[in-house]
Amino acid sequence: MPFPAGDTLLILPELFLTAAASFVLLWATFVSRPRERGLAFFSIGALAATGLLLFVSARMAGTLPRSAFGGMFAMDRFGLYFKGILLLVGIVTILFSLRFISVSPYPGGEYYGLILFSTVGMLFMASGTHLASIVVALELMALSQYVLAGYFKRETKSLEASAKYFVLGAFSSGVLIYGISLVYGAAGTLSLAGIATAFTTAKPPAFLVIGIIFVGCGMFFKIASAPFHVWAPDVYEGAPTPISAFFAVGPKLAAYAIFARIFFVGFGPRAGDWSAIIAASAALTMVVGNVGALMQTNVKRLLGYSSIGHAGYALLGLLAYGDASGIGLWSILVYLLAYAFMNLGAFGLVILLESKGYAGESVDDFNGLAAKNPWLAAAMLVFLLSLAGIPPTAGFVGKYFLFSAAMKAGWFWLSLLAVLMSAVSLFYYFRIARAMYLVEGEGTLHWREEPAVSAAIALCAAGTLAMGILPGPFVQFARTCLLPFGP
Amino acid sequence: MKQLWLIPVLPLAGFLLNGLVALVASSSRAEKESGADHPLAPLPYAQRLFHGVVGVGSVGLAAVLSFAALVPYVLSSLHAPEGLAPVVQKVYTWMVAGDYSVDVAFRLDALSALMLSFVTFVGTLIHVYSVGYMQKDEGYGRYFSYLNLFMFAMLMLVLADNLPLLFVGWEGVGLCSYLLIGYSYDKDFAAAAGKKAFIANRVGDFGMVLGIFGVFALFGTADFSFVDLARRQALAGGAPLGVYAVCVLLFLGACGKSAQVPLYVWLPDAMAGPTPVSALIHAATMVTAGVYLVARCSALFVLAPDALTLVAWIGAGTAIFAATIGLAQNDIKKVLAYSTVSQLGYMFLACGVGAFSAGIFHVFTHAFFKACLFLGSGSVIMSMHHEQDMRRMGGLAARIPHTFRTMLVATLAIAGIFPLAGFFSKDMILGSAAASGHWALYAVGLFTAGLTAFYMFRLVSMTFFGKARGGDHGHGEHAHESPATMTVPLWILAALSVVAGLVGVPAALGGSDRIGRFLGASVAHPEIHEMSHGLEIGLMLLSLGVAVTGLLWAWRWYGKADGPAEAVSPQAHAFYEKAGALGRLVANKWNVDEGIEVLVLSPFWKIGTFLWRGFDALFIDGIANASAFLVELAGDLLRFFTTGHVRNYALAFTLGVAVFLVYVWVR
Repeated sequence: MPFPAGDTLLILPELFLTAAASFVLLWATFVSRPRERGLAFFSIGALAATGLLLFVSARMAGTLPRSAFGGMFAMDRFGLYFKGILLLVGIVTILFSLRFISVSPYPGGEYYGLILFSTVGMLFMASGTHLASIVVALELMALSQYVLAGYFKRETKSLEASAKYFVLGAFSSGVLIYGISLVYGAAGTLSLAGIATAFTTAKPPAFLVIGIIFVGCGMFFKIASAPFHVWAPDVYEGAPTPISAFFAVGPKLAAYAIFARIFFVGFGPRAGDWSAIIAASAALTMVVGNVGALMQTNVKRLLGYSSIGHAGYALLGLLAYGDASGIGLWSILVYLLAYAFMNLGAFGLVILLESKGYAGESVDDFNGLAAKNPWLAAAMLVFLLSLAGIPPTAGFVGKYFLFSAAMKAGWFWLSLLAVLMSAVSLFYYFRIARAMYLVEGEGTLHWREEPAVSAAIALCAAGTLAMGILPGPFVQFARTCLLPFGP
Repeated sequence: MKQLWLIPVLPLAGFLLNGLVALVASSSRAEKESGADHPLAPLPYAQRLFHGVVGVGSVGLAAVLSFAALVPYVLSSLHAPEGLAPVVQKVYTWMVAGDYSVDVAFRLDALSALMLSFVTFVGTLIHVYSVGYMQKDEGYGRYFSYLNLFMFAMLMLVLADNLPLLFVGWEGVGLCSYLLIGYSYDKDFAAAAGKKAFIANRVGDFGMVLGIFGVFALFGTADFSFVDLARRQALAGGAPLGVYAVCVLLFLGACGKSAQVPLYVWLPDAMAGPTPVSALIHAATMVTAGVYLVARCSALFVLAPDALTLVAWIGAGTAIFAATIGLAQNDIKKVLAYSTVSQLGYMFLACGVGAFSAGIFHVFTHAFFKACLFLGSGSVIMSMHHEQDMRRMGGLAARIPHTFRTMLVATLAIAGIFPLAGFFSKDMILGSAAASGHWALYAVGLFTAGLTAFYMFRLVSMTFFGKARGGDHGHGEHAHESPATMTVPLWILAALSVVAGLVGVPAALGGSDRIGRFLGASVAHPEIHEMSHGLEIGLMLLSLGVAVTGLLWAWRWYGKADGPAEAVSPQAHAFYEKAGALGRLVANKWNVDEGIEVLVLSPFWKIGTFLWRGFDALFIDGIANASAFLVELAGDLLRFFTTGHVRNYALAFTLGVAVFLVYVWVR
């Protein structure tokens, strides 16, 4: 099937990043360990250049949205919004990894290459408008990440994380693809737009509901919402910490992009079939994530559970599907940006404090941080406040719009539960704050010891505060990035 | 003036520059000197020069711009009776909520132009003075950055076009006041004084904030255009009860900031701050913000005559109350602090009888002579090696002649001796009280004028006359005059204490009350019956006589000041012994602090303790602990399912899918 040449222009950024990733992988063979830093900086440059290319190709594409490759791929502001954040996540992850990898016994060449490949997969996910292209992109992302989870191959925990992630990931892919096949059987097409038309015009067969539920469960797995979340804490705990940060943010954002696109655009006309299930999962997820985090002493596990809870809050936006103002969607967009800033920042602190080397991270690591370095402690406090949803931080703004979206859609009990669970979350977040400010610790910590991580933390803190203090521009921007959908 | 915003922004830039440099420099010093336990030496010359130039320069430039803003108003008031129209410049929209929005907007009219000019002018002089006064202090950079920040906040307060923005400046000056009172934060009394000031001001702010809400509720806007609405309402006749409430609430805020009874207690303690700070913030500028607020809202206050009567009586009461305390203080700065409280009382007295322009006139003249007195006391304290007790001073007139002469001039000015500045402004207040028929208020004011003359001349005598009572230290013999950076501002302020009153020469003395006409459009002018010129001159002579009596009395008791340190004046000591309990009560500041302790603090302490032990610890914590226990139980349950085995996870996954399917099926 021949495609117009202009289509290639639209995927130019992804093509470029693929080439850069291949280059890093090949070049890694010739680079000695002490000089791997070059690879990292090249990767950061490639991610930044991809961002520039995104901008350029969006400009050259003219009026958005534009569709390419027979409806496989769309360039629209919704996708671009996600891609911008995902590239930022990639850059921050590499900044987190610089010293972490160089002091570890494992070579970093493939590591950076895999991060880039995974990012390529996520970029395609953000633009996928066809169930086939979405699944391929999803697998590209996931396969790179299974390897990254087990990258510290002589650490049992890392291997365990990798194996669990792979087995359960494969399992979920099976469910997802089976669901897709049922949808195909009902609609006769895999293009999201086509599915939507098929459902509006004719009465679909009864087995379609099963297909939708299977696809939904696949999505729930990827965003780690209950009851499909069980893998997340184990994987976050076992993976190398920069990779945990990457997992907690990148794949979740990409998964939310396809979740929203499939359910709003493709399954939009069948919202009655899926909204109750999303509500049930949201409620369960908020409870499980927040209650589960209470008992954790391992910070990575704690943040893992907390990110489960956050996935639950974001589901509330999907429930406001029917609101004509689009608040359901843009509240998710705003929230995910806030989520990226505050989670990456919090993980950055964990990386900075891993005094005991690999996999020894506990809440006690934060003891007396305020005395060791007041600036870093203040940054962590900002992230914690934001995670708990207290103004003037990004987390408050994000939650505010999500909860009001759910209220608008009539889900009062769910909003109430969300607020209650936010209150519960204060307890475990402030265990860390307490450790920083009220417990005495030993040693000193200067930002010069970890300039790259500190810079990334400063960036995240600035973003968290900027969104919290001046939410207007961010909200306005998110509102221009909606999907073309309607009830 | 096209760019009003530059006036507050200049000191803000100064604050940022000074603060940044001080921060960087102090952290590098700390790194260099860590381990060495010698006390921090004064800053290097280059850094001091930087702080001085930035600090003085930013405020000085703001002063130049302020004069440029003032001049057109002065010129127009000479010709046209209605003066120049106010200018409002909107910088940007600060916040929007529905159809209500608050702008960052500045208002320039005769009132704000006058305030701007003397605030920046006195501010500049005090910044210059501080260059000399603080030179040996290791916190030099911090000091100047706070002082610049204060100027920024004060100018925001004066220039604000709406109450919310004014409140930003209001709280900003409060913050800087707190920071500067507690400047020597390693000394307990300074830290405690800072807290006291902050808390007393909170009580006032409670009224202030409610007052702002009230204005908004009454007029639908908090811009100062509500003043015009109020004026129109006055023409229509009648005022709702709400106006009374709002006036009283705003006045409560003014009482906090301007140290009126019963919220005055923080100001005397605020003397723990460096002396130039006392001069600038706790005498010349910030504490007059309350008077400014009342004058700014004068059109509202005249709608509520009962509220004005309250203002007048609180003012008069504060004036005489603080003056009596001032009679028996021995700390040179404390005398000046009570004097400030007392003079602020005069200003409110003026506003209360409807003579708002007289109140502002007194704010204006008071700024010069009180700043001069405080800076003079700073010079005395420095020459005495940080001795503040007047009983240990004496005989300094010859040793620090510049300080002596300037302080003497300022003392005559505050005592109201013709033709110095204080005479005209104080007399305008007393005259207005008499003219409006408030003879009781007039009598209180007149008597207070006598007390003022007495305690001020007592201060001068104990400090400068008689023999040196340097005590064991003998600092008196070695006292030496301060550098020019300190004496030149003193002389400028002394000169202004002489001539500043000439802008308000009353008609009875052949003048034309320029200040009243100048402020014409900015403040309300309720109808005041004109007195005959003969009566007016008679009253002036009376008040002059009372002031001279006070002076002579002080001269008779303290002029020789040759007693020992325990009883500098034998006559005064004998009188004190005779006065018995009353004398002790006055010397002990009427036991107000102790009264507050018993009547306010200890009940609050008891309530707080009950809420803590009885309510919080048992009831609230009980609920919290019970719910925490339940949540913990749920957490354990969850952990039971999180086994770590992939097969269990896959089972959970499958069960999840199955449950959802069943759910949809049965639905």
